[in-house]
Amino acid sequence: MLNFPRWKVFSIWLALLAGVLFSIPSLIGETNAKRFGVESLPRINLGLDLSGGSHILLEADTADVTKSRLAAMEDTIRSEMARADPAIEIGEVSTTNGQLSFFVRDASQVDAAFEKARSHTAGVGTTGARDWDVAVVDANRIVMKPTTKGLAAFVNEAMSGAVDVVRKRIDALGTREPTIVRQGSDRILVEVPGVENPAELKALIGRTAKLEFKLVDLNASEAQLAEGRAPVGSQILKYENGSPIAVQRRAIITGTQLTKASQSYDQNNQPTVAITFNTEGAKRFGRVTQENVGKPFAIILDNVVLSAPRINEPIMGGNAQISGSFTVQSAQALAIALQSGALPVALKVVEERTVEASLGADSIRAGITASAIASVAIVLFMLVTYGRFGIYADLAVILNVFVILSVMALFNGTLTLPGIAGFVLTIGTAVDANVLINERIREERRRGRNVIQAVELGYKEASRTIFEANATHGISGTVMLLMGSGPVKGFAVVLLIGIVTSVFTAVTFTRMLVAGYLRRQRPQTLHI
Amino acid sequence: MRLLKLIPDDTNIDFVRLRAWAFGLTALLTVVAVATVVTRGLNLGVDFVGGLMIEAKFDQAPPLNKLRSSIDRLNVGDVQLQQFGDKKIVSIRLPLPKNADEGATNAEVKRVQTAVTASFPDAAFTRTDTVSGKVSGELIWKGSLAVLIAVFAIALWGWFRFEWQFGFSTFVAIAHDVLMTLGFFAVTRLEFDLTIVAAVLTIVGYSINDKIVIDDRIRENMRKYRQMDMRGIVNLSVNETLPRTVMTSLTILLALASLALFGGHVLRGLTFAMILGVVVGTYSSIYVSSSLLITLGLQPQPLAAPKVKGVAANAEYVPTNERR
Repeated sequence: MLNFPRWKVFSIWLALLAGVLFSIPSLIGETNAKRFGVESLPRINLGLDLSGGSHILLEADTADVTKSRLAAMEDTIRSEMARADPAIEIGEVSTTNGQLSFFVRDASQVDAAFEKARSHTAGVGTTGARDWDVAVVDANRIVMKPTTKGLAAFVNEAMSGAVDVVRKRIDALGTREPTIVRQGSDRILVEVPGVENPAELKALIGRTAKLEFKLVDLNASEAQLAEGRAPVGSQILKYENGSPIAVQRRAIITGTQLTKASQSYDQNNQPTVAITFNTEGAKRFGRVTQENVGKPFAIILDNVVLSAPRINEPIMGGNAQISGSFTVQSAQALAIALQSGALPVALKVVEERTVEASLGADSIRAGITASAIASVAIVLFMLVTYGRFGIYADLAVILNVFVILSVMALFNGTLTLPGIAGFVLTIGTAVDANVLINERIREERRRGRNVIQAVELGYKEASRTIFEANATHGISGTVMLLMGSGPVKGFAVVLLIGIVTSVFTAVTFTRMLVAGYLRRQRPQTLHI
Repeated sequence: MRLLKLIPDDTNIDFVRLRAWAFGLTALLTVVAVATVVTRGLNLGVDFVGGLMIEAKFDQAPPLNKLRSSIDRLNVGDVQLQQFGDKKIVSIRLPLPKNADEGATNAEVKRVQTAVTASFPDAAFTRTDTVSGKVSGELIWKGSLAVLIAVFAIALWGWFRFEWQFGFSTFVAIAHDVLMTLGFFAVTRLEFDLTIVAAVLTIVGYSINDKIVIDDRIRENMRKYRQMDMRGIVNLSVNETLPRTVMTSLTILLALASLALFGGHVLRGLTFAMILGVVVGTYSSIYVSSSLLITLGLQPQPLAAPKVKGVAANAEYVPTNERR
């Protein structure tokens, strides 16, 4: 028990030295780390509650994914059936109840139509399941419905796209070190340290930014507009002020064909957004505008009509300007949103937490003060209670603080405010191991055992108790880590690391110190 | 230098004698705690009920009624104001606007901030939390589940490592600690939010730690003193571990006290919960879990009859008085 070979002593000191060294980059702060050229070494990240910043949880509207998939399938079916040879005439197309259903006019074409529809479904996963169910009902009606697996795949695809779009938008704002991760099947967590204006950020990342240019349907009557009933092939949309306008369903051009968007000014010096389309889009835009000179077209953003300018002359070159009631900021925000592409699915903020940097700084200061005072109080308390053995325990506790910091840094861990509480609590519980050992040694001495026996038994018996106690503590820590959210997790990380490192410092390390003392001084009595 | 000894050597306090009284008192307190939680409810934070929380810091403590009326004028629903020990920091809690899209929530935060700044130019807004009803429902469910799983997992561990009586008594004691903590929050009206879940889980962890130390000693003494009755063993074990119990709870209380005094207002609820937990957990180690072991009929086992194999297996066992 008390026999420490040279290699063991050496490795314990080496481990502790590493434990202290790796904590240094985190302790000296970012600017100092740069000055000493150690900024590439792993450091502890500060949680948003300490650094200040915004935590935003976005949730996708999965019904929206189904809806847009149905609409896309409707388009495909319409054009494919018309293109078939001979053309398959269909009617009564509807996309209600989460399914697409249509009527095949000629009963003899039902089989052909069914095959056509089926060819537009795809396999999902490895089980041979399809993403759409296709069925013939009532002899000549075909119903297409996304399968559960298909829906999950659609949502998954939309979400990966959405994460990319959100990342592009946040990067465009120039914020440093944002965290953008998917959570579960339909959520995205965005954490941005040190934002000046969280409302602006939220508005930007939550915006769908679906841009469409559509020709205005001039055939719609006043009555149709008022009733919201569109002529065939058209739809009724609204201006920002709520007044209705009829536009053709088919878009001339959409935001997907856009290559560049930036804020600029029009001839009246009003802020606008200047956009450039790719070659294909520019060609199409040029052709359509050439054919429709004198007629108006609508600029539609997220299904709201921003303006409906008249085409004075063919617009060649693929450049256009979106004007509306913009300020410079809102025009800039729209340009970023358009440039990064439309969100494939509507996102909603379901949770937001913003901490000002000043509060974060206050919290760090308070946390450090509390930790320091707690450490000093405990160190003194142990010293006056256990004398020499108290000093050993104190050394263990102090080293433990550095080791915990190092382990956190190596794992690239994040320190949060509850984590600081976990830290202070760990300092308190770490000495428990030494209290157990020292009390046991006192007990064994009282029972009349000699110095060596008492120390050996003290460590042996107490080690068992310490193991049991730490194991149960570890169970509750693990549950916190796995089940907990936000602050609970931050707390658990520090607690768990502390449990592991404290066994090393409080048991192994102090035993080595005590063994060295016994060997060198051969005391006949223990002052404990 | 003379060393400090808080507890004299070889104490022999008859803890077990008071156990009937302690059971009654404990049961009564637990019932009161549960009744308070049920009747008054907890002051749940936005984490658990959803809503909007804006924390404002003032240069001077603001009169709350003036602050309230400046926000009430906006017609944003039921306004709750709360101070965190430090009177200069006020948390303003509001329900989420009806059509809770980003625009409406942002606008409401802005309106409240503008109204407050109009009446109090020295106001600075340090924290804003918005939690939708859906997320808060999940958080409350996940938090409760975490506590339940932790308590059960630990009781199972006690059962595996010791006898079933240890697992059961620990379970009862931990349940008591959790209920008392909830009762404390119901009585004091301190805000119950996510960090308090962390506090409750820590209390569970600490309390178990304390129980395991005593249980381990009871197990050791049960093997050592096979003729002693359970009351004697529990008393001996609690007395033997008393110096450690006092030392450890004091060091942790020292740590928590410095956190409560200097750790800033954000951690105050968490710290208070843990201080209470340390006191309650230490009490329940002695008077709930250890005492319960006697009630559950745990007995030190006299040495088992030696196992005999082969032809002697069916022979009658004749105990001898000599024991080697």
